[in-house]
Amino acid sequence: MTALDLQALLPLVLTTATAIAVMIAVTITRRHGLAAWLCAAGLAAAIASIASARECAPRHISDLLVIDSFARFYSGLILAGSLVVAVLSYGYLKLRTDRHEEYYILLPLAAVGSLVIVCSANLLAFLLGLELLSICLFALIAYRRTGRGDLEAAVKYLILAGASSAFAVFGAALIYADRGSLAFGPPGLALSSPVALAGIAALLVGVGFKLALVPFHFWTPDVYQGAPAPIAGFIATVSKGAVFALALRYLSTENLLADGRIIWLLTAIAAASMLAGNLLALRQDNVKRMLAYSSIAHVGYLLIALLASASLGRPAAAIYLTAYFLASLGAFGVVGALSQPTRDADALADYRGLAWRRPFLAFTLTAMLLSLAGLPLTAGFVGKLSLVFSGVSSALWLLLSALVLGSVISIFYYLRLLAALFATPPASEPAISSPNTPWPTTAALLFLTVALLAIGLWPAPLLDLIQKMAVAAW
Amino acid sequence: MTLLYLILIPLLAGLAAWPAARVAPRAARGLCLAASLAQLVIAAILWQNTPTTGQWIETLSLPWIPQLGITFSLFLDGLSLLLILLTGLLGALAVLASWTAIRENVGFFHFNLMATLAGVTGVFLARDLILFYVFWELMLVPLYLLIRIWGGDRRVYAATKFFLFTQAGGLLLLLGILALAITHQRQTGTLTFDYLQLIGTALSPSQGVWLLLAFLAAFAVKLPALGLHPWLPDAHSQAPTAGSVVLAGLVLKAGGYGMLRFLIPLFPQAFPTIAPAAMALAVAGILYGAALAFAQDDLKRLIASSSISHMGFVLLGVFAANELALQGAVVVMIAHGLTTGTLFALAGAIDERLHTHHLDRLGGLWTDMPRMGGVTLFFVLAGLGLPGLAGFVGEFLVLLGAWQTSPVLAALASAGLVLSVVYSLRLMQRVFLGPKVGEETPRDLSAREWLMLSVMAAATIWVGLWPQRVLDASAPAVQNMQKSLSDAAGAPEARP
Repeated sequence: MTALDLQALLPLVLTTATAIAVMIAVTITRRHGLAAWLCAAGLAAAIASIASARECAPRHISDLLVIDSFARFYSGLILAGSLVVAVLSYGYLKLRTDRHEEYYILLPLAAVGSLVIVCSANLLAFLLGLELLSICLFALIAYRRTGRGDLEAAVKYLILAGASSAFAVFGAALIYADRGSLAFGPPGLALSSPVALAGIAALLVGVGFKLALVPFHFWTPDVYQGAPAPIAGFIATVSKGAVFALALRYLSTENLLADGRIIWLLTAIAAASMLAGNLLALRQDNVKRMLAYSSIAHVGYLLIALLASASLGRPAAAIYLTAYFLASLGAFGVVGALSQPTRDADALADYRGLAWRRPFLAFTLTAMLLSLAGLPLTAGFVGKLSLVFSGVSSALWLLLSALVLGSVISIFYYLRLLAALFATPPASEPAISSPNTPWPTTAALLFLTVALLAIGLWPAPLLDLIQKMAVAAW
Repeated sequence: MTLLYLILIPLLAGLAAWPAARVAPRAARGLCLAASLAQLVIAAILWQNTPTTGQWIETLSLPWIPQLGITFSLFLDGLSLLLILLTGLLGALAVLASWTAIRENVGFFHFNLMATLAGVTGVFLARDLILFYVFWELMLVPLYLLIRIWGGDRRVYAATKFFLFTQAGGLLLLLGILALAITHQRQTGTLTFDYLQLIGTALSPSQGVWLLLAFLAAFAVKLPALGLHPWLPDAHSQAPTAGSVVLAGLVLKAGGYGMLRFLIPLFPQAFPTIAPAAMALAVAGILYGAALAFAQDDLKRLIASSSISHMGFVLLGVFAANELALQGAVVVMIAHGLTTGTLFALAGAIDERLHTHHLDRLGGLWTDMPRMGGVTLFFVLAGLGLPGLAGFVGEFLVLLGAWQTSPVLAALASAGLVLSVVYSLRLMQRVFLGPKVGEETPRDLSAREWLMLSVMAAATIWVGLWPQRVLDASAPAVQNMQKSLSDAAGAPEARP
C-alpha cells in the first residue's frame, strides 16, 4: 500500500480512528460533551480529508475498494450527513438521563460501514459494509431502551436486516458460482445464465430492503417510529444514500440495464414505491411514520435517475440525494428538537400552532417540507427538476406519470403537517412543552435550512461540483 | 433592470413589513400600500414610453443555472404591462381592504400578501419557461398560508384543495416545459428554456397536441375551466378579503395570461385541433358558472362562481383565436379583475361589519348603508356587462370574435350574459333590498373605503369608455399570435 493509497483511504481511516478515539476517551472519562465533540471533530476531519484528496485519480485498493470521484462525492455526503446526525444527537441525548458515550462510537462505525459500501468494488466489500452498518444501526435504534417501541423496532430491524443480508450473501454466492469472482465488472454479468439471474434477484432483495423499496418496505414505519429521531434521520438518509450509490455503480459496471427484464422489474418497483409510499403516508397521524412512508416514495423517485441515461441520470441522482439529505435530516432534526425526555414529538397534535410557539423550528420544518414536496427556491425543486429532466430525456413516461401522481398525493400529507404548524394555538397548555433548543441543534438546523435555500436559489456551484465528481466513468 | 424592480419592490416591502409590524402595524400596511402604488407608477411610466415598433418594451437576462440552460430572464410587452398595472392596482386594493380587518400577525399577513403579488408579477414577466414555472409555484405557498391562517371556518379544507389542484396542473406544465426544451435541444443542439428561442420548435402533430394539453392543464386549473374548477368556490369563499381579491383579480388572470402567452406562439400547429373542444368547454363553463352562481346561498361563493362564468369568456376568446376574440379576452381579464376584485372587497367590508356573508343572514342593508349599496350596484352592473362599463367591452368583443368561428357557440355564450343579469340582480336583492335581517345598524363606508372604491370605479369607467388604450397595448402581442397561426396553417406539416 503506497502513501497515495493511504491518502485516498484517509476518510475511511479517519472515521475509524474517530470511533477508536471516542472509545479510548470513554475509558478515561465519561463525559457526554467530550464524546460528542470528539465524534463531530473526527467526522469533520474526515470531510476535510476528502476535499484535500480531490485531485488523485481513481485508485483501486486491493481488490476490494475503489476510491474514485464518484465514491468521494458520496463519501462526502455520507460524512456530512453523519456529522449533522452527531450534532443533532447531542441535543437530543442531553435531555435523557442515561449513559450516552457509546452512542458516539456506534455512529462513526455506522458511517464507516456506509463508506465501505460506496467505495466497494467487490461484492465482498459491499457485504462487509452492509453488515457493519446493520449491526451498528441495530444498537443505535435500541439505544434509548426506554419504551417497548424502541426494542420492538430494534428487534424488527435485526431480524429483517439479518434475513435480507442472508439474501444478499446468497446472491453473492450464486454470482460467484457463475463467474468465479466477486469483483464488479466490466465485463458485465451474462444474465442468460439462470444462476447469475437468481443471484441478481437475491441481491436485489438485500438492496431493496435497505432502500425500503416496495415490497421490502414493511419494516420502515415501525423502525422510524421506534428509533431516536436523529437515528431515524440517519436511516432515511445515510444508510439509504450509501446503498443507492452502490446500486448506481453496480448496475452500470455490470451493465445490467441492457437487460429488458431488469428494467421492467426496476420500473415496477419504482412505480409501486412512489404510489404505495405516498398512499400509505396519507393516513398517518404520526409524523415519524409519515416521514417513513414519504421516504419510501422518495427512493422510488430516485430510481428514475437510475433508469435514465447515465449522463443525465447520475448527476440527477446526486442532486436529488443531496436535497433529500438536507430536507430529511432537517425534518427529523426538528422532530428531535421538540422531543420530550420520555417520548419523541411524533404526534400530529404536537405540531399544532408551532409557528406561534417556536417560530424558528416551525419555519425550519416548513422549509424542509416544501423541499420534500419539490417546491421552487428549495433544494428539493432543483433535485426534482433534474430528476424529471433525466426522465423526460429518456422518455420514461410511465414512471413520470407515477411521479406526478405520487407528488400530488404527497402534497396532501405534507400540507396536513404544514397546516398544523400554522393552526391557531389552543387556549390551554400546549401538548408538549419542551425546553429551549440547545445551541448545537439550532446551529445544525440553521445550517440545513441555509444550505437548502442557497441550493434552491443558486444551484450552479453544486451542479458544477456534481458534474465534476458524481459523473465519473469507471 | 426596471423589470427586476417590479418584482423586487413588493417582495422587499413584504420582507420589511414583517418585522415592521411588531413596532407599528400601520407602518407595515403603509409600506405595502406604497409598494403596490410604486409598482403601479412604474408600470404607468413604462406605458407612457412604449416604443411604437416591435412587441417587446423591455427585456432583461441574467445567468442563473447555466448547466441546465436556465436563465433569469424577463420580458415585458403590452399584454404583460396591462396585467402589471392591474397587479399594482389590486395590490393596493388588497392592502386597503384588509386595513382594519386583519388584526393578528399583521406582519406575516402582509409578507404573504406581498410575496403572492411578487409571484404574480413574476409570472407576468417571466421569459424563461423554468423561471415562469418557479414564479407560478411561488405564488402558491404564500397564498396557501393566507387562506390557511386568516381564512374562514373551513380554511384548512379550502387551502389544501386549492394547493392540490394547482400543484397537479403545475407538475404537468413542468413535464411539458421539459419535453419541449428537450425536443428543441435535439433539433438545434442547444439546451434553452428561453421563450423566444423555443417558439420556433418544430413538433410532430401528436407531440404538439400532447405538449399543448400539458400546458393547458396548468392554465385551465388556474383559470379555471369547467371540470377543473371545484377548488375555486371554496378557496375564494374561505380566503380572507385580501386573499379573495388577489385570487379572483390576479391569480385567475395568470391562467388566462399563460394561455395567451404560450399556447398559440408555441404550438400554432396543434392549436386548431384543440380549439373546437376548448371552445365548447368554455361555453359550458359560462353557462354552468352562471347557474352555479344563481344557486349559491353565500355572497362570496356567489361572486366566486360568477368568476367561472366570466373566465369562460376568456377561454372562449383565446380559442376562437381571431384578433377580435383575443383582444376581447384581454379586456375581459382586466375588467373581471377590476369588478370582481372590488366585489370581493365589498363582501369583505360587509363581513367585517356583520360577521357573515351568508345570504340568509343579510338583507335590507340599503337602509343603513345606502352608499355601499350604490357602489355595489355599480360594480354588479359593471360585472353583468352594462355598456359603458368595463365588463361590456370584453365580453362583446369575445362574442363578436367567436361568432366568426362558430355562431352556435357564440349564441349559447350570449345566453350566459342574460343569466349573469339574473344572478347579479339576485345578489343585490338578497343583500341590499328586502326586509332587514338582524339587529345591528352597520355604519356606512369609511373614508378609506370611499377612496379605494372610487379609484376602482374610475378605472372601470375608463376601461368601459376608452378601451382603445387597452386594445392598443395588447395589439402587438395579439397580432403576433395571428401571424404565427397563419404561418402554421400555410406551412407544410412539420417533420415528426
